[in-house]
Amino acid sequence: MDLTLDQQEEGFRDELRAWLERNHPGPAPRGGDQAQFEFEREWQRRLHADGWAGVAWPTEYGGRGATLVEQAIFGEELARAKAPRPANVLGLVMGGPVVIAHGSNEQKERFLEPILSAEEIWCQGFSEPESGSDLASLKTRAVRDDGGWRISGQKVWTTFAHEAKWCMLVARSDAEVPKHKGLTYFLLDMEQDEIDVRPLRQITGEAEFNELFIEGAHVPDENVVGGIGNGWMVAITTLMNERAGLGASAALGLSNTLDELIELARERGVAGDPIVRDRVARLKIATEGLRLGAMRALTATMKVGTPGPEGSISKLQWSSTNQALTELAVEVGGTEALGSGSLWAYRFLRSRANSIEGGTSDVLKNIVAERVLGLPKLR
Amino acid sequence: MNFDFNDEQREIKSTAREFLASRFPPERVRELAESRTYDEGLWAEICELGWPGIAIAERHGGQGLGVVELVILEEELGYACAPTPFLGNAYGGALIEEAGSDEQRASWLPGIASGGARGAAEVDADPEPLVVDAEGASILALAEGEGAKLVDPGDARLERLDLIDTTRACFRVAAEDGEPLPGDAFPAANRAAVALSAELVGVAQRALDMAVDYAKEREQFGRPIGAYQAVSHRLAEMLWDVEEARSLTYYAGWCADAEPDSLPLAASMAKARASDAAASVTHNALQTFGGIGFTWEHDLHFLLKRARVAGRMLGAPRAHRERVAALAGL
Repeated sequence: MDLTLDQQEEGFRDELRAWLERNHPGPAPRGGDQAQFEFEREWQRRLHADGWAGVAWPTEYGGRGATLVEQAIFGEELARAKAPRPANVLGLVMGGPVVIAHGSNEQKERFLEPILSAEEIWCQGFSEPESGSDLASLKTRAVRDDGGWRISGQKVWTTFAHEAKWCMLVARSDAEVPKHKGLTYFLLDMEQDEIDVRPLRQITGEAEFNELFIEGAHVPDENVVGGIGNGWMVAITTLMNERAGLGASAALGLSNTLDELIELARERGVAGDPIVRDRVARLKIATEGLRLGAMRALTATMKVGTPGPEGSISKLQWSSTNQALTELAVEVGGTEALGSGSLWAYRFLRSRANSIEGGTSDVLKNIVAERVLGLPKLR
Repeated sequence: MNFDFNDEQREIKSTAREFLASRFPPERVRELAESRTYDEGLWAEICELGWPGIAIAERHGGQGLGVVELVILEEELGYACAPTPFLGNAYGGALIEEAGSDEQRASWLPGIASGGARGAAEVDADPEPLVVDAEGASILALAEGEGAKLVDPGDARLERLDLIDTTRACFRVAAEDGEPLPGDAFPAANRAAVALSAELVGVAQRALDMAVDYAKEREQFGRPIGAYQAVSHRLAEMLWDVEEARSLTYYAGWCADAEPDSLPLAASMAKARASDAAASVTHNALQTFGGIGFTWEHDLHFLLKRARVAGRMLGAPRAHRERVAALAGL
């Protein structure tokens, strides 16, 4: 057991820290509007210019080829520096890795570089109004057409759809076979009249997400990824990429917010309140539990290819801790913290989605029960 | 970065699991718990394995390994719910090694390391000093102000306490005199808290395993109860408790050996989390078993009781959380 970084890892961290010190653009404007997006796009360009955009990507595709530990360090250091997120985050963590894993040589040639440079933004078309957790039941249809496919249906919770050039879209290409087998993974060009993007206003008042109404949009054959009927398998890769290695940076993000909460408790004169102290300590312990569990999972992944049971609970730990943290903040912060313009109120409201987005806590507990504990399925 | 045991540590773990499963099967644990005794023959076997001196320096007769190895053994002792004087001896040894004079070390550590002349130490003071494993010990370490003192058992009055956990012997000890330990008792208390956290992780893991096995077998309404989400989600949350407590405990063990400055915070986080996890997991295991889990005949209650009593030794969870709050800057 050795929780220190080796020389190469330290070198990676120091180089990144030095780079961040020189290049940090300051905090991004808030509100999910065009100004924020352009800020984040500019930030990604700067990351890319010095080879920090596709840290996890293999070097042959323009990435840095970082080890798992280095990827975790990257996430941690960006969180520690409170750096903005890159504009094309879905392309970087999902789209690119899927093209690398399942795409043809032509697709790699065509799609990867513009993802890194943020020239082409990517969005994800998985969820539908009637297919949330039960993704494989999705109804959006793909019908054979001259040299390609015509797509029709409705997608929801699509981030960056109004900025995106490409949508990672899963649609039903064969309605005759069992539900997991009839799906295909498409790269849909968003610049077509057959796609209507409507912002979806959320409880924070902003519109981070969109609905897509698609009526006969065209996808050429060369934009099918992983072959017809393999959409489920390809989509699972994307979702696993979404979850891998997030624990370390998530814990650091929590730790930053917890420091702000401690400051708030002091300002509000409740730092000596035993109940506040107890709740803050619980949050501190949960945050460390998440960080350390992520390190254990990382070690297991390096040794045996998959994280152990500790990795399956990271998302549950993170969402419950972030929700409890923001709840305590709006309680401690008084009515001021509940004002519509307050950052704490925003965080409190935004964190309500944490236990839903990227796998609901309810479904994650099913996964833990079935795959980790080996309990029988109800279905 | 490597957050896992090495081959030697893994070997220690699997040997301990196997040895304890054969020596402390549930029937034996029950016999010992019901008769409120330790098995001196089994203790002698444990001594032959060198466990009592695992974390004591070689020059004092120990194995010279670290708190990580101590954590491994304690987790397995908790998993087996084994009634042994291991904890009291380990804590007594840690106090003398960390805070004792050269002379005190030379006098007591070889016996503690071999297990032939055991130590015992105070683990609670609410409302009065409570010493684990005091009976049969050759030397007692009691709290004295901020520090600790050594007391000859012959100079102390021992009263066995009748606590709900009968897998461990706890005593009220009164002693006027004693010989102070000159050093700081705090590091040893932290190390012992980490060891006890590991025991609690083991207790929780055992209760979780029992509940999961039962949920796969027990059928109601025509299905195994583990197929119902009311049951399976509770079991998933129990795994969460166990794994989070384990991550914090292993980390604290590593801090004790490699990064002592981080130990006070790490030990308090581990002890608070592991105490709560063991209490909650054993409770939820009982809920999973239903009525049978509430019977004396079932073995679960030994774990539930051990979790409760051990959970408040060496600092109850809320006391450790108070320390965490202070160390976090509040």
